[in-house]
Amino acid sequence: MSGRFEPLPNGGAALALDEVEISILRSLAVQLAELIGPGGQPEGATDPLDALFAEGPSKPPADPALARLFPDAYVAPDEELGAEKEKEARAASAEFRRYTENDLRARKRDDALAMVRDLDALTSAEVTRVPAVLELEPAKARQWLGALNDLRLAIGTRLEVTEEDDGGELLQLPDSDPRKPMVMAYFWLGGLQETLVETLMP
Amino acid sequence: MEIERPESSEAPSMVPEPDVPWVTVVHNDPVNLMSYVTYVFQSYFGYPKDKAHRLMLDVHHKGRAIVSSGSREEMERDVQAMHGYGLWATLQQER
Repeated sequence: MSGRFEPLPNGGAALALDEVEISILRSLAVQLAELIGPGGQPEGATDPLDALFAEGPSKPPADPALARLFPDAYVAPDEELGAEKEKEARAASAEFRRYTENDLRARKRDDALAMVRDLDALTSAEVTRVPAVLELEPAKARQWLGALNDLRLAIGTRLEVTEEDDGGELLQLPDSDPRKPMVMAYFWLGGLQETLVETLMP
Repeated sequence: MEIERPESSEAPSMVPEPDVPWVTVVHNDPVNLMSYVTYVFQSYFGYPKDKAHRLMLDVHHKGRAIVSSGSREEMERDVQAMHGYGLWATLQQER
């Protein structure tokens, strides 16, 4: 695995990918899009106008990975509030969530699906290079950057990554550990994101 | 024609307005890359590299950093943008 984005003259970025890498990335992006889902869509709502006027959810998602992607806006993790203040903060967070979460979900899902489409375009190209070289224009590169970050947040939450794991504690898991493939993917995505950020640094 | 400004004309603007006591706080998390957090501060807020880097280090070492301040509406916009980037942000009234 090369696992490195290289800068392109147009401000975009390029990445060489083999078949296995493409299929892993694609599968992760699909899972992310499915995890994000349409959110609090009412059952059986088919009229697009319904969606337009629908209010978003007011409670944080129960899934920890989603809760990390869509955190409470008024509840700081490191702050002890009194009962009254805490109630206020929860109510303000609920209100904020109602009018922002659906948009945020839609955008994050779009980013994940853009990844899927770009990878599909790569494999369906008439002349397939080996390895295939993914070339992203600047706007696409930023979309990928967001999706890669969301993926790492989701996987990192699942793996319960802590500050100390920087030292590679997770990397030292035995091959027999069921978390091993996800850990490898997590660090690989980290490398991809790191090199993609470098190409985009203003 | 020159009009002499009274000395005091500068002073009142230094006093913080009572209706803008809100701040956006970014919290540390073990997943976000340091380079990415710096990138977000530079590209969203337009901060120079030095300032973005310093704020990122505050987040990393102190666990949190105030990254912007303004009206409640402005801070809600900033928090929403930070969530869009995947940063863990909250807004609160400055104390």
